[in-house]
Amino acid sequence: MSEEFKVEIVNPEKSYLSKEDVIEVVVPAFEGEMGILKDHISIISFLKPGIVTIHSKSGEDKFYVEDGIVEFKNNDLSILTSSIFNLNEIEKNKLQDLLKLAEEEASKSEANDQTKYLIDQKIEVLKSLN
Amino acid sequence: MASLDDLKKRIASVKSTQKITKAMKMVAAAKLRKAQESAEKGRPYSEKMNNIILNLSNGISDKENVSKLLSGTGNDKVHLCVVMTSDRGLCGGFNSNIIKKAKSYFSKISAEGKEFKIITVGSKGNDQLKRVYGEKIIENISFKESKNANYFDADKVGKMVIEKFEAGEFDVCTIFYNQFKNVITQIPQAQQIVPLNNVEDENTSDESYEFEPDEDEILSNLLPKNISTQIFKAMLENSASEQGSRMSAMDNATRNAGEMVDKLTIEYNRSRQAAITKELIEIISGAESL
Repeated sequence: MSEEFKVEIVNPEKSYLSKEDVIEVVVPAFEGEMGILKDHISIISFLKPGIVTIHSKSGEDKFYVEDGIVEFKNNDLSILTSSIFNLNEIEKNKLQDLLKLAEEEASKSEANDQTKYLIDQKIEVLKSLN
Repeated sequence: MASLDDLKKRIASVKSTQKITKAMKMVAAAKLRKAQESAEKGRPYSEKMNNIILNLSNGISDKENVSKLLSGTGNDKVHLCVVMTSDRGLCGGFNSNIIKKAKSYFSKISAEGKEFKIITVGSKGNDQLKRVYGEKIIENISFKESKNANYFDADKVGKMVIEKFEAGEFDVCTIFYNQFKNVITQIPQAQQIVPLNNVEDENTSDESYEFEPDEDEILSNLLPKNISTQIFKAMLENSASEQGSRMSAMDNATRNAGEMVDKLTIEYNRSRQAAITKELIEIISGAESL
């Protein structure tokens, strides 16, 4: 039996990525990183800012996401996100811009704990990337 | 009858108008292809989002404490209508169709003795509505600067709707837009987004999900996103409809201008002929009288 499953990443504009030969996906779920293998139980969760790693037969892809929802059902993983960047293609300046944006947000927002936590996460991840 | 010179000028002016409408048609056709493409590409996202919410709301354990965005406030007094139109004119009946749909909804609501408030998206809708419903319009947004419909604009509208909902300014929210069917047909739609209507129950599975964190938290996070997504979908459909509508309107205009040029040319030739005949008669009768 093969150990592969299907993953699809969609953002509002288009279907961003679709792969059929995926072995493992690691997503930054809200309560910690989560690795998903074939025949995982059906799950819905949402994402915090972080890195999505897709291990497939054809190699490994890494993406930076700011938010999103994951749904896994019948060996079909869908990731819905409104902001996603491929780390192989993204330019350094863009990352720095994002970091700056996040820091501004952090400095001005007197938001509740949850949003604060998300922003801190974002900054941390971006710093580690830069 | 108009003089030869006048006719000539009119023919020239109709011809140049025809050139403009033709050019606009070409531009609309090119934009339409792009808009249609992005409308189609945007569909999976909103569909998936809908599915997840459907699965979630079925699996939810505590129906009482569920987010108000899903269940409604329990009241049905104040309706918020988000009327989405274009920023540019010359697109046939595109804007009027939406306005017509919205107006009939307004009168239905007022007949039931309920209140309504209006948010207009796009300047054309605002222009048409403010004459009659000026005092009902609480907000007007226009995205003239953005070339294509993008998610951030939709998110802005969505956040505004949610803010107003949380402030208790309305109970029911409906968006008005044109659904793109094909180039000639666009269907004006009224879609209720708050509270969410769970109508399509047929394709839900009984499969239970594991949730992390729990359902309520996911739902309360997801529902605001869903509103932005629905608005974004409406924007995409709208922009495809707008281009389609403009294309067929400009196609008609070009054809009409062609007909007009033909008619004017016949008239021009006829009066030219008449003038020549008249001059000839004058010369001949002059020669005869000698």
